[in-house]
Amino acid sequence: MPAAPATDPPLLEIRDLRVHFRTPAGVFEAVGGIDLDLTPGEVLGLVGESGSGKSVAMKAVLGLLPPQARVTGQIRFRGRDLLTLPEREMRRLRGGRIAMVFQDPLTAFNPVVTIGDQIGEMLWLHDRALSRRQLRARTEELLALVSIPEPGRRIGAYPHEFSGGMRQRAMIAMALANDPELLIADEPTTALDVTVQAQILDVLRGLQARLGIGLVLVTHDLGVVAGMAREIAVMYAGRIVEAAPVDDLFAAPRHPYTRGLIGAVPRPDGGGRGPLVAIEGSPPGLTERLSGCAFAPRCPLAAARCTAERPALRALGSGRAACHFAGAPAPAAAEAAR
Amino acid sequence: MARYLLRRLLAMPLLLLGVATAAFLLGNVVKGDPLASILNERQMNNPEVVAAAKARWGLDRSMPERYAIYLGNLAQGDFGTSFRTKRPVMRDLLDRLPATLELVFSAMLFGSVTGIALGVAAAHWQNGPADHGARLLALIGSSVPVFWSSLIALYVFSVQLGWLPGAGRLDAAIRPPESVTGFLTVDAALAGDWHAFGNALGHLVLPSVMLGWAVLGIISRMIRASMLDVMQQDYIMTARAKGAGTLRVLLRHALRNALVPALTIIGFTFAYLITGAILTETVFSWPGIGSYAVDAARALDHPAIIGVTVLGALAFLTANLLTDIAYVFANPRIRLG
Ligand SMILES: Nc1ncnc2c1ncn2[C@@H]1O[C@H](COP(=O)(O)OP(=O)(O)O)[C@@H](O)[C@H]1O
Ligand SMILES: [Mg+2]
Repeated sequence: MPAAPATDPPLLEIRDLRVHFRTPAGVFEAVGGIDLDLTPGEVLGLVGESGSGKSVAMKAVLGLLPPQARVTGQIRFRGRDLLTLPEREMRRLRGGRIAMVFQDPLTAFNPVVTIGDQIGEMLWLHDRALSRRQLRARTEELLALVSIPEPGRRIGAYPHEFSGGMRQRAMIAMALANDPELLIADEPTTALDVTVQAQILDVLRGLQARLGIGLVLVTHDLGVVAGMAREIAVMYAGRIVEAAPVDDLFAAPRHPYTRGLIGAVPRPDGGGRGPLVAIEGSPPGLTERLSGCAFAPRCPLAAARCTAERPALRALGSGRAACHFAGAPAPAAAEAAR
Repeated sequence: MARYLLRRLLAMPLLLLGVATAAFLLGNVVKGDPLASILNERQMNNPEVVAAAKARWGLDRSMPERYAIYLGNLAQGDFGTSFRTKRPVMRDLLDRLPATLELVFSAMLFGSVTGIALGVAAAHWQNGPADHGARLLALIGSSVPVFWSSLIALYVFSVQLGWLPGAGRLDAAIRPPESVTGFLTVDAALAGDWHAFGNALGHLVLPSVMLGWAVLGIISRMIRASMLDVMQQDYIMTARAKGAGTLRVLLRHALRNALVPALTIIGFTFAYLITGAILTETVFSWPGIGSYAVDAARALDHPAIIGVTVLGALAFLTANLLTDIAYVFANPRIRLG
C-alpha cells in the first residue's frame, strides 16, 4: 500500500480527549483535553516526560483503560467515533485495523505461551477460518518480516528464550499480523539496550514506510522521533503544550518545555545547540495539577500571569503552542530560556 | 527434567522406608495385644493355642527379627496377612483401592473445577456478590468438619428429599458391572449398563461433593489471589489489545498463568483428600481403603494398619511428584537439572 494522497480523510482525529480516574482519594485528570491528527501512512510523534499521560491517551484510543477511567471527547478513526462504538466492534478493531506495540516486550508477552502461538492467536482472533498450517506459515512470514533469523525454529520458543531486541521484533511482527492501518507504538525502545534501540527503530521505520501504516510513536525522548515523525506533539501534565512539523519544531521551538526537551537531546554532531541540559525539577503528579500553566514551576520564563492563567494552545506559524510568551521570536526566547 | 525425575523417583523408596519403619514402630508400641483380635477369649486361655497363634503370626520373634522379615516382605509387595480378614493385606487393599480412588478423584475433580471457577469469578468480579458468595462457600467448606456436613447432607438429600441414593457405592438391587477399572461409573459405562451407571453416579455425588468441598475453599482462594496478581500484568493488556474477549483473556491468558502457583496448593490438597476420605467413607459406608483403615485400627490389625499407612504415603508421594511435574510443564521458565 503506498502512502495515501493528502485528500484522504484523516486516519485518526482526536478532539478534546479527557481522561479522569476515579480513585479512593478523589477524581483526577490524567489527560486534560488533547487534539491530535494523523493522516494515513504518516508518522506522528507523541513526546513527553514520564507521567504526562501519553499511555493513558493511547490506551483510550483502543478502549483499554480500566473501568475507573472516565473518557470524554472524540476519538475518530476513519471518521467513526471509537468512544461510542459497541465493545464487540472495538474488539474487532483491536489487533485488526489498530494495533499496539508496548514498552517492555518481556512483560508484554505471555510468559507461558510460545511466541509462535501468541502471534498465531493474533491472526486467529481476526480470522477464525485459518487452519493450523496457515497460521504457522503466516507466523513464520511475520517473523521473517522483522528479520528474525530462522523463524521456523524460533516459532516454538518462549519469550524468555529471546533477547530483548528479538522480543520487541516479535512484538512488532505480532502487531503487524493483520495489516493494521494504525499502529500505536508506546515507547517501543525504552526498555531496550541502547545498542538495539536503533535497530528496532529501523525495523519500525522501514515497515511503516513499506506497508504505509499510520504510526503514532510515543516516546519520552525527542531524539527517537526526530528522524521518523513528520509531526510532533509535545505533552506535559496531560495536555499538549506544543505541536508542529518536526523540522519547524527543532528549528524554532516555541514552548520553553520543548526547548528544554531539545536541550536534553544528545546531538551526535555536537554542534548548534550548546551543552546537553536537562530540565530541572519534575512534572507535577496527578494530584498536584495547578490552575495556571502546569510548567510554570519549572519554567525559566514564568511570570505572575503563568500561575494565574492557563495559556491556551494557539496557532503559531506552522504549529500550535500553549505559552503566554510563545509569540516572542524564538531565538530571543531561547536566549531567555538559557 | 529427566535427571530431576530420576532423582525424585530414587528418593521415593527411601521416604517409603522411613514411613514403613515409623508405621512398624508405632504398631509395636501401641498398647493392646494383637492376639486379642486373632483369638477369642476362650482360646486366649489355652497356652497351646496362644503359642501356635504366636508362631503362626510371627509374634514369638524378637522385634528386630520381625522388622527384618517385615521389610523383606514389603520389598516384595507383601504386607502380610490381615489378623482380621485372614486374607493377604495386599489383596484387601487392591480390592478396595478402586473405590477410594474413584471417590478421591471425583472429589478432586469437583473441588478443583469448582474451586478454579469460583476463584476466577471472584477475581473478575472482585468485591462483588460473586466474590462474597465464593468466600462464604469456601469458609463453610473448610471450617465445617467433613463427617458432620456429610451426615447432614446424607440426611437432607437422601433421607428427607430422596434426591440421591444413600450409603454405599451401588443399590443392593443392582448387579455390579463387570470389573475392568474398578471404578463403578466407568465400568458401567464400558458395559453400556446406563442404569447401573446412573445409580453409581448418584451414589458418588454426595460423598465426592462433601469431600471436595473441603478443599474447594483453599483452591478458590488461592486462584483468586493468583488471578488478581496476574490480571495486573502487562500481557493481559496485550491480550486485550489483540482483540481477545473477556473470557479468553481470563481463561487462556490469566488463568493459565495463575494456575502455576496454585498448582502446588492443589497438589497439597490431595493429601487432605486422602485423610478426608477416611471420614467420608465411614459416613457413607463406602467400601474403600478409608473404612478398611478404620476397621483395621479398631481391631488392632497391625499388618493392615501398616499396609494402609504405606499405601497412603505412596499415594501422597506420587501426588507430590505429579504436582511437581505438572508445575514444570505449566511453567516453561523453569529448567530442572
Ligand atoms: N488506572 C489508573 N488509575 C489512576 N491513575 C492512573 C491510572 N493509570 C495511569 N494513571 C496516572 O495517569 C498519569 C499518566 O500516566 P501515563 O499515561 O502512563 O504516563 P506516560 O506519559 O508516562 O505514559 C500518571 O500520573 C499515572 O499515575
Ligand atoms: Mg507510558
